[in-house]
Amino acid sequence: MDILLQQIINGLTTGSVYAVVALGYTMVYGVIQLINFAHGEVVMIGAMVAFSIITSLAGSSLPPLVIVLAGVMAAVPACMVIGYLLERAAYRPLRHAPRLAPLITAIGMSIVLQHLALLAWGRNPLAFPQIIDNRVFAVGGAAISSVQIAIILLSLTMMGGLSWFVYRTRFGIAIRASAENVHVAGLMGVNADRVIAATFVIGAGLGAVAGVMYGSYYGIAHYTMGFSLGLKAFSAAVLGGIGNIAGAMLGGILLGLVEALGTGYVGDLTNLCAWPGAQGWLAAQCADGGHFVLFGSNYQDVFAFLMLILVLVFRPSGLLGERVSERA
Amino acid sequence: MTGILLEARDIGKRFGGVQALKDVSLTINSGEIYGLIGPNGAGKTTLFNVFTGLYPRDSGEVQFAGKALDLASPHAVAAAGIARTFQNIRLFANMTALENVMVGRHVRTRAGVFGAILRTRAERTEEAAIRRRADELLHYVGIADRADDLARHLSYGDQRRLEIARALATDPQLLALDEPAAGMNATETGALRDLIEGLRRDGLTVLLIEHDVKLVMGLCDRVAVLDYGEKIAEDVPEAVRANPKVIEAYLGTGAA
Amino acid sequence: MMNMAMREKLGLALIAVALVALPFVLASAGTAWVRITNFAVLFVLLSLGLNIVVGFAGLLDLGYVAFYAVGAYVYALLASPHFGLHLPFWVILPLGAAVACLAGVILGAPTLRLRGDYLAIVTLGFGEIVRIFMNNLSAPVNLTNGPKGISRIDSFQIGPVNFAGSDTFAGLVFSGPIKYYYLLMLVLLAVIVVNRRLQDSRIGRAWVAIREDEIAAKASGINTRNIKLLAFAMGASFGGIAGGMFAAIQGFVSPESFVLNESIMVLAMVVLGGMGNIWGVIAGAMLLSFVPELLRYTVEPAQRALFGKLLVDPEVLRMLVFGAALVLTMRFRPAGLWPETRHRREMNENRA
Repeated sequence: MDILLQQIINGLTTGSVYAVVALGYTMVYGVIQLINFAHGEVVMIGAMVAFSIITSLAGSSLPPLVIVLAGVMAAVPACMVIGYLLERAAYRPLRHAPRLAPLITAIGMSIVLQHLALLAWGRNPLAFPQIIDNRVFAVGGAAISSVQIAIILLSLTMMGGLSWFVYRTRFGIAIRASAENVHVAGLMGVNADRVIAATFVIGAGLGAVAGVMYGSYYGIAHYTMGFSLGLKAFSAAVLGGIGNIAGAMLGGILLGLVEALGTGYVGDLTNLCAWPGAQGWLAAQCADGGHFVLFGSNYQDVFAFLMLILVLVFRPSGLLGERVSERA
Repeated sequence: MTGILLEARDIGKRFGGVQALKDVSLTINSGEIYGLIGPNGAGKTTLFNVFTGLYPRDSGEVQFAGKALDLASPHAVAAAGIARTFQNIRLFANMTALENVMVGRHVRTRAGVFGAILRTRAERTEEAAIRRRADELLHYVGIADRADDLARHLSYGDQRRLEIARALATDPQLLALDEPAAGMNATETGALRDLIEGLRRDGLTVLLIEHDVKLVMGLCDRVAVLDYGEKIAEDVPEAVRANPKVIEAYLGTGAA
Repeated sequence: MMNMAMREKLGLALIAVALVALPFVLASAGTAWVRITNFAVLFVLLSLGLNIVVGFAGLLDLGYVAFYAVGAYVYALLASPHFGLHLPFWVILPLGAAVACLAGVILGAPTLRLRGDYLAIVTLGFGEIVRIFMNNLSAPVNLTNGPKGISRIDSFQIGPVNFAGSDTFAGLVFSGPIKYYYLLMLVLLAVIVVNRRLQDSRIGRAWVAIREDEIAAKASGINTRNIKLLAFAMGASFGGIAGGMFAAIQGFVSPESFVLNESIMVLAMVVLGGMGNIWGVIAGAMLLSFVPELLRYTVEPAQRALFGKLLVDPEVLRMLVFGAALVLTMRFRPAGLWPETRHRREMNENRA
């Protein structure tokens, strides 16, 4: 098996999910400079809602694709409503408060949503019912499943759709204008409240689909899944340049690749027995084909954070971003 | 002390495609009030921010009190002896007036964490001195009666004074005031004028950005005019007033 | 009428007597209550540490529990059969504080020049990284014993007095938790004094100045990066000390004690009590520490009585309370239930 190609395929799959979730962070941040911590939880709720619907329909005679579609169709509006309520009830009243206030509110909302989900769905993960015949295709020594293909294609479609919306429609231009300068956009007749609410709603809708994709890729959805997924997607948004829509897409894909390749190779790279010159005590450990692996694939979740920290230290504006540090 | 206090050579600053400052050179003499005027967007505040280390410059050097000024960090500029106020007043809103001024003493004092935790004799002496000096400065700018009020509860004019007191607390040789009269009525402007003249009498050098041309012309020893990021004049007020380039910059082409 | 100073002294004396008598009163209701109180005091210590970072300097640290974890693991590794080391606590506690402080500096140095909200997310990630390492550093060399954690950690020992067992003195039985209670009170007292002194110092003013307006603070001659780093390091040290005490009191540490929710809890305590106000933070920490107990004794029986079964786990309810506390405080009382004294002074003046 070609490990490199396989990891690239896996990385592209998770990366495209990260990208879609990252869009939610970056659009909101672009307009009101708020890290919407609760976005990860919205994504999680999307997955939970869809999984509930899919599970309850799994026994019916409907075709599998229709069942999955029904799940997504339920999750998207549900998340959009949550996104709207979040903005309306929690963030809007704090729009002129000191910087720390909305951030703390966002953390609070994230905890509240997560535990409400725990109340609604319980502690046990929901499993994706075996309704889809997940076919696996061989590509140049690696394997790609139909679910992976579907995730990548759907993500690309959504990213394309959002780009069209943001760059080609009137309302999209209003969003971009507000991201440049929300006050000036307001003077030009853009209704800032509507734009801000729209970024939350669109982000939540995309997030819902991303949640379903992520859940179906790993086969489960769990009330805690939003936390690390959200954190990674946020890292992706920062990597691409927060506030920048193309950046979020690029950052997501890159982060997925880094994570997959890192996880795939870190064990080999930190296996001290594979390094030349093992001596003494270490040599004894390595005898008879032994291994001395410092960091194995169980460090998977570390890569995103390390990437985040490295980006912030060396290129805080991200790959495609312009805005740097605090405004004077 | 007489002679040159600050000498800036060929300061350049660009924001994206906009050349905000273009090879600006100027000299400020010790003990004078130096005015900086120019139409909106001429680059006055940008120059200020470069001098005080808030914006990195693209080119040029600044000599201050005979030494090259480290423009990389604002606190080093303050330590070197340049203090400033802001066009849109920036106080520590939830600290008292007295505390605001005490913060200004930071750069001239030394007590660290361990001194504070152990309340050493040196720390207590220093703390008392900080408080005394802050009190004096509040008296000096005339708002001693508001010492224990939160900065955000002060009137606009008093906030301007408090900002000056905080700047003075850093023991500056050069005090840079960014539009101190903005938004003031005639009485307040008069009082401000007296305050600035008092500062000069006490040996301070003042750099003044101001929109109120009358105030600048009446107060300053010398005036520089910026237009589109370039210095177009630097002279005594009467000469600047008569300078055709200045008149054109202010009134538009063809008016001269 | 008594003058203010006299009255204040009398009040403090009364509080002191009450605090000295408290563990015996609690013990009569069950030693469990002494233990619960001890953990509440640990949270007060943590909150006071985080208050330096969030309350004074205005830096949102969401990975604070990582420093708590560092302190706890330093203690656990150096005073347990895991490595066969049994150093005395007065060596390990300062060491734990120093290591936590170092971790704070390493994390803070590259990130503190960035915007505040980036700091929040980086600290969040850092907290996770520390937990992941604790979970996985059992191979190739067993450093942390992984998810199983480290057990049989030494309790404190001062001369002949061991904090694990009971001693009888002057007819009173001093159980282990009661001894820890007094020790915690001493540490708490020291931490309060340190906090108060820092607050009223040149450094404390610089912290608040940065919180209020970073640019003005810079222009006023404050080296904001160093001063922020100092706040971060101080907060981390406090977390390290609290962590060491936690390890000794609990006798067992595992990564599960240092999850993000713990950081959020401490943050909620600081925010609800009143960022920047030492007494408010203490009150907030006590209040929220006892919420779970309160829920356990009210919500659980109430549900069983009403529905015949447990519908809502008190544990879940507790986190909902913490989350809601953050949201509602920011919305309706952004300065907390007990705001900083400066504000209060101001409000009293207005009333007069």
